[in-house]
Amino acid sequence: MKRTMYEKIWDSHLVVKAPGQAPLLYVDRHLMHEVTSPQAFEGLRLANRKVRNPHSILATIDHCVPTKNRDLPIADPIAKKQIETMADNCQENGLNLYDMKNPNNGVIHIVVPEHGFVHPGMVVVCGDSHTATHGAFGALAFGIGTSEVEHVMASQTLPQQKSKTMLVQIDGELSKYASAKDIALAITGKIGTAGGTGHVIEYAGDAITALSMEGRMTLCNMAIEAGARAGLVAPDQKTFDYLKGREFAPSGENWDKALAYWKSLPTDDGAEYDTIVTLNAADIEPQVTWGTSPEQVTGVTSSIPSPDDFNDTIKSEACANALKYMGLKAHTKITDIPVDLIFIGSCTNGRIEDFRIAAEVAKGTKVADNVIAIAVPGSYHVKKQAEDEGLDKIFIDAGWEWREPGCSMCLAMNGDELTVGQRSASTSNRNFEGRQGKGGRTHLVSPAMAAAAASAGHFVDIRTL
Amino acid sequence: MEPYNKHESVAALMTRSNVDTDQIIPKQFLKKVERSGFGIHLFHDWRFNEDGSENTDFELNKPAFKNAKILVVGDNFGCGSSREHAPWAIADYGFNTIISTSYADIFYNNCFKNSILPIISTKEQLASLMNEISTNEGVQFIVDLENQELSSPAGNGFKFEVDSFRKENLLKGLDDIGLTFQHLDKIDQYEEKHKQTYPWLWA
Ligand code: SF4
Repeated sequence: MKRTMYEKIWDSHLVVKAPGQAPLLYVDRHLMHEVTSPQAFEGLRLANRKVRNPHSILATIDHCVPTKNRDLPIADPIAKKQIETMADNCQENGLNLYDMKNPNNGVIHIVVPEHGFVHPGMVVVCGDSHTATHGAFGALAFGIGTSEVEHVMASQTLPQQKSKTMLVQIDGELSKYASAKDIALAITGKIGTAGGTGHVIEYAGDAITALSMEGRMTLCNMAIEAGARAGLVAPDQKTFDYLKGREFAPSGENWDKALAYWKSLPTDDGAEYDTIVTLNAADIEPQVTWGTSPEQVTGVTSSIPSPDDFNDTIKSEACANALKYMGLKAHTKITDIPVDLIFIGSCTNGRIEDFRIAAEVAKGTKVADNVIAIAVPGSYHVKKQAEDEGLDKIFIDAGWEWREPGCSMCLAMNGDELTVGQRSASTSNRNFEGRQGKGGRTHLVSPAMAAAAASAGHFVDIRTL
Repeated sequence: MEPYNKHESVAALMTRSNVDTDQIIPKQFLKKVERSGFGIHLFHDWRFNEDGSENTDFELNKPAFKNAKILVVGDNFGCGSSREHAPWAIADYGFNTIISTSYADIFYNNCFKNSILPIISTKEQLASLMNEISTNEGVQFIVDLENQELSSPAGNGFKFEVDSFRKENLLKGLDDIGLTFQHLDKIDQYEEKHKQTYPWLWA
């Protein structure tokens, strides 16, 4: 039978399918951060259970960490307790933790690929919806709840229902300055935030194979914004080259064995998907979200829609609510929207390529009056590499703040946040009400678009610069 | 886990769709290391005014909806973050049943781990229920999981689908980990084979 990549990974990880019970899937890698794990460790302790395979786990501290004055004690006592609890839990169970002082520290979905911890064909979980990022390697990677975190720690398995498959086929060539982020936003705009519900998406087509590994991570990262359980890209030479030589990548004889297996993973010709969506890469403009859901997005040359533009009453009502929250008027041109704060970072766009392109745009410019611009590397390794390349100087000379790594303003748990009514151009992944601070207004964009908005003080079509 | 029993309860109404987990439990409350006590923060940013007083415009603050165990809500409920704090807050607040046309996948799974039944309706069924509640605030519905049936005084009830495995677990209040441990021998066998097939993962 011809199988999709998802089906191959599923089949090879099926431990048991007992009648009347959900199929039990084996988990190869378990990623962890401080927010969604403490209650799982507590559960294990109460039930007198042990972590079955400590080597399958890699943990970091990212959500609550300050991005400046890292040497000072953490001011928020509850955050401090959460961070200490993580350290205690990892120590007690013998888990590999990149804590705040560790040179490997950073946002979980940035750190894990840096060390080659995820390979093609694996099943990977984390108590975090953006686990989908690792689908860029052709691994089945998805977010789980805290009860499931406990389940995986105890049994190395997870009861799972099989998902449907969706092929998102994107052919053609992206225009200059249109990026993986714009593809991700355009897909969400097209199918909606519930469009992928119940599905695992496989991204294919020339525009996808042309993406770098980092671009593929950005794309898969936002599979969840389109409602999908996971996103996948078939592994190819780029994937293998990226992994080779990394700390947790196979080596020697094992490398050859692994490579042979990885090459068997891509979807068989003629395998069928439940749903197929196609986009033409050349049609994808730099995207800007205008509302409070990632599906409320449009190209930079467009204007903000009016509630009357939607036939669906729910969408129309959602548009009216979003405009009210965002303090925007229908029909305003996207390029006329002013911005107060620029954030480049997060597991969506906090990698070295993101800072390279943003620095290219920021070089020789000045951040506009009354605009604050902050660059938050996704990890210490990203930070160091950017500094080795002199990117930090470019940002600082242009009036940006160059910070320590962490999730920072992506979800504003660490004190970096928007104030009421403040408007951001953000390279993160969610523009929900209050996501970046209560009353804050978020516009999701690519790093290049964010950098261009920093000096202009409003959105600009990056292609015209 | 608490067993899920047949019950007759007030149904509260929220017509909005795409309610995300950031709204259900805003991130400022995610720093706790315990599982309990999230109910007071449910829908915090909508539920309370700046000064901490109740926002009387917010649906769930209507006196008729106090003590509701059933939440009737618009499409795609629970999208966004995977935080299980969302169902913890919902359960702790007092809801044990949600009715909507669709849920985000992770949220849907999380509900079953916390004795919450997420019922999936059709658009029409949801519209009728919403209508019934808005014309008769405080109306009580009966949820009978055993027979997979919802009933309402105005006759807007329906039979609903639910996975048989999850249904059994809810009814008996069974913990998934305990069930999985019945298959420990299978897991051991699988792992032995795994070590042979993918030796680089164990190197
Ligand atoms: S950067 Fe944002 S989306 Fe990514 S793990 Fe951190 S909070 Fe979650």
